[in-house]
Amino acid sequence: MDKSFVIRHTVEAHPDLSIPDPHQDAFVRTTLGFWMYLMTDCLIFASLFITYAVLHHETFGGPSSRELFELKLPFAETMALLLSSVSCGFAILASLKNKKNKIIGWLIVAFLFGAAFVGMELHEFNGLLQQGHSWRKSAFLSSFFTLVGTHGLHVSIGLLWMLVMMAQVFRNGVTLFTFRRLVIFGMFWHFLDLVWIFIFTFVYLIGVL
Amino acid sequence: MQPVEVIYFREYIAMLFPKGMIALEERNLLFILQAIMLLIVIPVYILTFIFSWKYRATNKKEIYDPDLVDNKLAEYLWWGLPFVLTCIICAISWIKTFELDPYKPLVSDKKPKTIQVVALQWKWLFIYPEEKIASVNFLQIPSHTPIHFEITADAPMNSFWIPHLGGQIYAMPKMKSVLHLIADEEGDFRGSSANLSGEGFAGMHFITRASTEDDYQQWVAATQQSMQQLGFEEYEQLALPSTDNSEEVYQLQDEDLFDRILMKFMAPKGQ
Amino acid sequence: MFGNLTWEAFRHDTIQSMAVISMVFGGIGIAALLFYLKRWKWLWKEWLTSVDPKRIGIMYMVVVLVMFCKGFSDALLLRMQQAFSVGDSQGLLEPGHFQEIFSAHGTTMIFFVGMGIVFGLANLIVPLQIGARDVAYPFLNALGFWLFAMAAILSLVSLGIGHFSTAGWLAYPPLSGLEYSPGEGVDYWIWMVQIAGVGSTISGINFLATILKMRCPGMTLKKMPIFVWSILCCMVMVIFAFPILTATLYMLTLDRYLGMHFFTAGGGGNFMMYVNLIWAWGHPEVYILIFPAFGTFSEVVATFSEKRIFGYLSMVWALIIIAVLSFIVWLHHFFTMGAGPEVNAFFAVMTMVIAIPTGVKIFNWLFTKFRGRVHFSSPMLWFFAFLLNFTVAGMTGVLLSAPPVDYQVHNSLFLIAHFHGMVIGGVLFGFFSAFTYWFPKFTGLVLDEKLNKYAFWCWFSGFLLAFMPLYMLGFMGATRRLNHYDATTGWHPLFVLAAVGALIIFFGACIQVYGLYSTLKNRSKHRDRTGDPWNGRTLEWSTASPPPIYNFAIIPTVNQLDPVWAMKRDEAPRPVCHYEDIHLPINTAIPLYMGILALIFGFAMTWHIGWLSIVSFIGIVTLLILRLSGHDEHDVMTVAEVKKIEAARGSYG
Repeated sequence: MDKSFVIRHTVEAHPDLSIPDPHQDAFVRTTLGFWMYLMTDCLIFASLFITYAVLHHETFGGPSSRELFELKLPFAETMALLLSSVSCGFAILASLKNKKNKIIGWLIVAFLFGAAFVGMELHEFNGLLQQGHSWRKSAFLSSFFTLVGTHGLHVSIGLLWMLVMMAQVFRNGVTLFTFRRLVIFGMFWHFLDLVWIFIFTFVYLIGVL
Repeated sequence: MQPVEVIYFREYIAMLFPKGMIALEERNLLFILQAIMLLIVIPVYILTFIFSWKYRATNKKEIYDPDLVDNKLAEYLWWGLPFVLTCIICAISWIKTFELDPYKPLVSDKKPKTIQVVALQWKWLFIYPEEKIASVNFLQIPSHTPIHFEITADAPMNSFWIPHLGGQIYAMPKMKSVLHLIADEEGDFRGSSANLSGEGFAGMHFITRASTEDDYQQWVAATQQSMQQLGFEEYEQLALPSTDNSEEVYQLQDEDLFDRILMKFMAPKGQ
Repeated sequence: MFGNLTWEAFRHDTIQSMAVISMVFGGIGIAALLFYLKRWKWLWKEWLTSVDPKRIGIMYMVVVLVMFCKGFSDALLLRMQQAFSVGDSQGLLEPGHFQEIFSAHGTTMIFFVGMGIVFGLANLIVPLQIGARDVAYPFLNALGFWLFAMAAILSLVSLGIGHFSTAGWLAYPPLSGLEYSPGEGVDYWIWMVQIAGVGSTISGINFLATILKMRCPGMTLKKMPIFVWSILCCMVMVIFAFPILTATLYMLTLDRYLGMHFFTAGGGGNFMMYVNLIWAWGHPEVYILIFPAFGTFSEVVATFSEKRIFGYLSMVWALIIIAVLSFIVWLHHFFTMGAGPEVNAFFAVMTMVIAIPTGVKIFNWLFTKFRGRVHFSSPMLWFFAFLLNFTVAGMTGVLLSAPPVDYQVHNSLFLIAHFHGMVIGGVLFGFFSAFTYWFPKFTGLVLDEKLNKYAFWCWFSGFLLAFMPLYMLGFMGATRRLNHYDATTGWHPLFVLAAVGALIIFFGACIQVYGLYSTLKNRSKHRDRTGDPWNGRTLEWSTASPPPIYNFAIIPTVNQLDPVWAMKRDEAPRPVCHYEDIHLPINTAIPLYMGILALIFGFAMTWHIGWLSIVSFIGIVTLLILRLSGHDEHDVMTVAEVKKIEAARGSYG
């Protein structure tokens, strides 16, 4: 294809969503695709949940969930994640008003709460491993570490994503692209919160009862 | 190539010419289902040929109706008729699945004989707990007697299959599967593993000898005098990987050998 | 430094060495040719960094053809082994090698041929048939392709370095666990399937969004071609099924790499869970494979009967019902695992119910011919082959879905004959039909009809000869995956017949390759300048052959099904000749780089080369962040250039 006639064309931002935007299509397409991705992620977690349900009695002579779990730390983790989600929500609200500094500020808060969550989870895992309850010991421990650990991995990836978003907003402000990406990040972050609620309920709460 | 014995070829076709009641029932179900399906499929084939030939492009005589895209009656017919036939097939299969459940004991006036089966790498171990004997790659059973097989494995997943007598069931470590079979004729029937379990998998075939009750008792008595003993230590040796094992018979030392094999995977070693 | 990789990994037996050497020389030959013709830049610009779905679709087809050669060579070796390895003879292959070959054969054919066909056809046909210029996510589309292609290359690497898995194409534990398969084989399998699976999921999201959001004005869901419907349902199945595969392989990986106990025999593991999960993916997968074939036949039968497809609504509902039901039948793959009669009977009933909508489709295809004008061109011939072979295989499928029958024939050659009837009779014949039908659209050349017909007869008769004996062998108690058997079983003559059938198929495949070569060599004789050699009905036939990069200079507006047919009968509005600037996404090398890094990552993980795994993984993440930090850049094609391309259409080539 002869490219001599072609104009390299960079699409600029259009933050005012009340004005009809030819790129609104792109926004809807992106969010739709991301919902589909979230559904696939949901299915991955569902498979891990089902496996946990089948295997959580298989302690192979070792301690069961009742003996190992306590609720204080998971409850604190829940709070951390919830507060992080709320902060993230405020960040997106700020982006609707094009307030760059507020966005970054709330993202930092969300980051700190998220990091606290990961820190607490690592502390819990470390404690279990120190006591010799490693994932090599039984199917129950394998499925526990995997289910909770995979969620923690997703949260860590979200934290990295948050840093990238902070950098982008800092450099470019609210553009069409940063806004779109903030929205789907928000979807991701709230989704992880939802998965955690299930983990807290079915792994810790029911595990302890 | 080894010389092939001159036998009626049908002796080879285990599933279509079975030697046991279970296999016979399973075969008959296949015939019934196939017959019902042919009721639809044969007309489909005929119509394919008729329509393709009759309406071929070079045949200008036939009606050409490019807008004929729907016909309510036709739709009702080919949703409805397959639906009815499928209901029939489902009903038959449902009933037969319960009747031919491998876990279901066979109705017979003879007392069922229990034989325990262990799939190893890459041979079959048969344990006769009542007679206190065991054999490798050779199974002898009395004919016209229901056999209650308890099956496990000390190996990857295998499948215990004697096609002349009936269908298979998986032999899995830590699990006990149950299969009920009965031989309605005397003879030697080939059995094998039907699930890939490693390098020596192709060698996991064995002879099932269905003999008269007297011949069976003779064989049991002779085996009880066997020089070879099978206790748990000898079993550990036997369980090591080996291929193309010859047929062996043993006196059974540990009556609960089968249960001990099952328990191997239940708790950490030493408990 | 190199993990578990040693020089030992490069030592192979004669047959494998020959295969590796020919592969390496083939690769060197192609590279040399490119240097000689000075075409590297062209390859880079026009193909490797392209985000044009037409280009990506053709690249999918190239990978499919290469991997089909590998998979088919595997098949020939297996058939030869089983024809010769009887009694005292051990055949040509060691047991371990034989087991590697059938594992590779299944993996290659399902993941690299089957899925390649699915996404190749989707890329080529869907945007054109919905009147769109592009797919929803061009970058992700390219990424999905390169992950697929690199996973295929990883499978070729496994041929030359180390050994492949001997645990079958689905790698059941405990056999595939660390205890019974400690080597690199299963790890190779895990990473190539995992990488290809992620690629499939990404492409699935892409095409679902494309069909939902990018149809041209007037094309409501009920005016879409049935092929697009089949891809729509197919992509929904992909999105729901592939995550299960990802999670299951993830857990097997954790078992093997971190000593976990998901699927081990000891430690409380439950390998039956793996069987359930893998088939919860595996059954929808086989429907994913067949749906494009169903869609193709709807197009082909309609076009070559000069009639609209009969019972459009029925056909759509049949597709939807099959797609939904495909998720609740998975247990029929292991009735013999001892779940009990209640569970077995439920899944048996569900499986049999799927036969109803499938039968409905066949009736609708037949009645499309009723009072039509049937042409016996090669796409239609493949439909006949499909009808005859797929129906037989379908019947045996219903037989297999009755648990008591399945107890006898499960894992026997009866099962092998059944599913090969489905994948060869269904997927492959559907692909050949699609290939002969749409090849003119993307090359401007019509394939040699005579050679097509010879190839068809070879495939059809070869298939019958190669697989009908296998049904009988199943009845005779022959299990699958045997590298040797005794003469007393009486199986030998049937295995020889099957081997002859495989050779006839091979001959047919050779004719097809020659036909491709001959068509390309005698271009002038096969040139089609109309863009519509078959008197087509759907939108792709209104473009030039091959279509310009933007597909449609003017986005069409449709008012009914089969819009081009409607235009020919003056029932549709002619497009208004008002050109506008066209925005096109620019080329990008990032999907290619990410694919290469994924290949390196898979290789490094297989051989436990820690530093390389970490480096390549960080590379992938970095590229992703780079991409997601950029701004959308577009090329704009001005009205003048569009006019020039459209004017040149008359005298193309």
